[in-house]
This record gives sequence, C-alpha cells and structure tokens, in this order.
Amino acid sequence: MSTTTTASPTEAKLWGGGKSPFSVEYGKVMMWYFLMSDAFTFGAFLISYGTVRFSTNGWPDPNVVFKSFPFAPEGINAPLVFVSVMTFILIVSSVTMVLAVHAGHNMDKKGVVRNMIWTIIGGIAFLSCQAWEWNHLFHEGAWWGRNPFINADGTASSSNFTNFFFTITGFHGFHVFSGVLINIIMLIMTLTNQFEKRGHYNMIEKAGLYWHFVDLVWVFVFTCFYLL
Amino acid sequence: MSHTNDTHAAQDGGAIAEIKKVTIILSVLTIVELILGFWMIGMESKALVLGIKGTIVILMMAKAFYIVAYFMHLKHEVKNLIMTIVVPLTLFIWFIVAFLADGNSFRNLRNTYNPYFKEQSTIKVEQPAHGGSHGGGHEAAGAAGAAHTDSAAHKTDSSAKHEDAKHETKNEETKH
Repeated sequence: MSTTTTASPTEAKLWGGGKSPFSVEYGKVMMWYFLMSDAFTFGAFLISYGTVRFSTNGWPDPNVVFKSFPFAPEGINAPLVFVSVMTFILIVSSVTMVLAVHAGHNMDKKGVVRNMIWTIIGGIAFLSCQAWEWNHLFHEGAWWGRNPFINADGTASSSNFTNFFFTITGFHGFHVFSGVLINIIMLIMTLTNQFEKRGHYNMIEKAGLYWHFVDLVWVFVFTCFYLL
Repeated sequence: MSHTNDTHAAQDGGAIAEIKKVTIILSVLTIVELILGFWMIGMESKALVLGIKGTIVILMMAKAFYIVAYFMHLKHEVKNLIMTIVVPLTLFIWFIVAFLADGNSFRNLRNTYNPYFKEQSTIKVEQPAHGGSHGGGHEAAGAAGAAHTDSAAHKTDSSAKHEDAKHETKNEETKH
C-alpha cells in the first residue's frame, strides 16, 4: 500500500474515482479536518496570549505561581514537579491509546478493551490533577479577573496572566473531558461487540486521533505556561 | 491483499517497536525540557535564558512532530492527505511572527510615548499574603504603588530610556 503513491500509473487510478484518493475512509479525513480547525482555535488562543505577553513589560514567574503539590505541606517550593506528573500522565494515556488502535487493527477485542480502560483512567487522572490545581490557585486568590501574583521583576501585575491561564487550560481541560466521554462510548461499543459486527475498529482510530490531538495541545500549553 | 500471515506478523512487530521507540523519544524530550526548565530558575543572564527558551521551543516542535507523525499515523498516510493537512498549518508561521512582532512593537510604542504605562511597570510592590479576601490583594498592590508614584516619576524622568538605567532605578527605590 505504501508504494502506490510514487508510481504514476497507480496515481492516475488513485484519482480515477471509485475509491478514496487518500486511501482512508471519509470519517477519518473529516476528523483530520476538524482537528485542523481546532488547532487554529488553540493557536489563536496561544498566540493572543503570546501577543499580550510581548506587549507587557512584566509577567509573573511561573516557577513562583506553580510551585505546589497535592498532599505536600503548605508553602512547599516544588516548581514544575506537579505539571511534570500531569504531562507524563497524558503521554502514557496517549501510548495506551496507540496500543488500543493497534489492537483494533488486529481485531483483538480484549486488547482494545484493556488499553481503552487504561486510556480512560489516564484521562480521568489528568482531569483530577487539573481540578486540584485550579482549586488550589482559586484558594490562593487567582481566578478570571484577579491575580494575586506579582510580576517576576517585583512590579504590580495585571489579571492578563490568570485570564489567559484559566481560559486556555480550561479549554484544553474541556477537550480532555470530551475525549474521556468519547473514549467511554468507544469502550461501551467495543464491549457490546459493535465493532466486531462491523468487521473493523475504525471508530477507535478516529477517537484515537482526537485523543492524540488533546495530548498534542497539552505539549504546547504546558510549554507556553509553565516553561517559557 | 496478497499479504501472507508471515508479513502481517512482521508488520505487527514493527508497529509495536515503533510505538516503543516514539514513547522513549517523547519521554526523553520531556525530561530534557524539564531539566532546562529547572536550570532556568533564578538564572541571571538574560541571553542564556533566551537561548534556553529557544531550545525548549525547538524540543516542543520535535515532540509535536513525533505525536503527529507516529501516534496520529500521519507519516504513514498517502502524501496527498499529508499535504492537505500540513500546508494549511504553515499559516501558523505568519500568524506567530506577525502577532508577536505586533505585540512587541506595541510595548515599545507604549514605553516610548506613554509615560504612565512605563511608570506603572517600574513601581515595585510587595507580594500580598495569600488567602484571605479575594481580589483585595490587587487593590492593595495598587495603593502601595500609588504611594511611590511621585519618587518613581522623578526617577524615570531623570534616568535615560536605557534598559540598564531602569534596573538601577528599581534598586535605588528598594533602598529607600
């Protein structure tokens, strides 16, 4: 299959009608285009954050803001630790999703079920972490419209920092939440033998694309808010 | 469809090996990013910080590439499909360059022509205590800033627009 793209006679046949020239099913192409539009939405959010940050003289230091850890004593100074845990949770859940898609290719129902359950657990774990972090920041006085953290250079900050943080991580968290819902539906459909009856696990692939996209966005959100 | 079971099994092994390889690459890239992040904490040299941030952005793009190419399987798709997705995304190059340059230019304009903006961003404030009344912290910070406004205004008038001069002003203020 992989060699058909380069040879010209097959290329003519590819666009000759009667089959998908992209050699993937319609739903998958549409999922890709949806994800592209979603990428532009997230891109617009992150670039507006960057623009505002570039147009301001001071900005809070993320290592001062995000230095807490659940169940650790108050006032602990552990920058980047909690967000590393969150990042690894999402990477691992992405890997189990790939394994679920792979098991689907082999019509291995047990493998799909096992890996989907792990992926759902990873998603819920990530959401729990985010809920804890939001709750913690809220109790420190941070929310939309109010920012208790001063700038890194010791000057007064504006609420731009918290507004962008809660909006963008909230929008990403909402994507994770819908991803978990989609994955749960996929798990139920697998358990009720829907895909066995259809003879293919293409739906798992489409859910997988969405889940990987959520992981992909986190790579950017994590870097932009916690590292830069 | 003339694949035998043997080649099918071989492809399976290759796919699992690829997943393992990409998982390791993603983990290593993340760990390197985090090490760089820890290294940056409390760093004085502005140029070095900028260099590290640039490196982190490059590592971020590498991670994005591995997720899209291997986990989302795009690398193994037909070239036409790859192109319909990747070519529109190149708009981001313009998008990022134009907007960040615009933000930067807006800051420079305000620092040059808006003395109030410049003054506000040189006044040092105390970090308000956490907890307690929500939103009160910001107002308190504003009030504390207002007390210093007069002296700060004189300082900013006398000192040059040079970046280093601004830092000196701040240091002097803290000594008062």
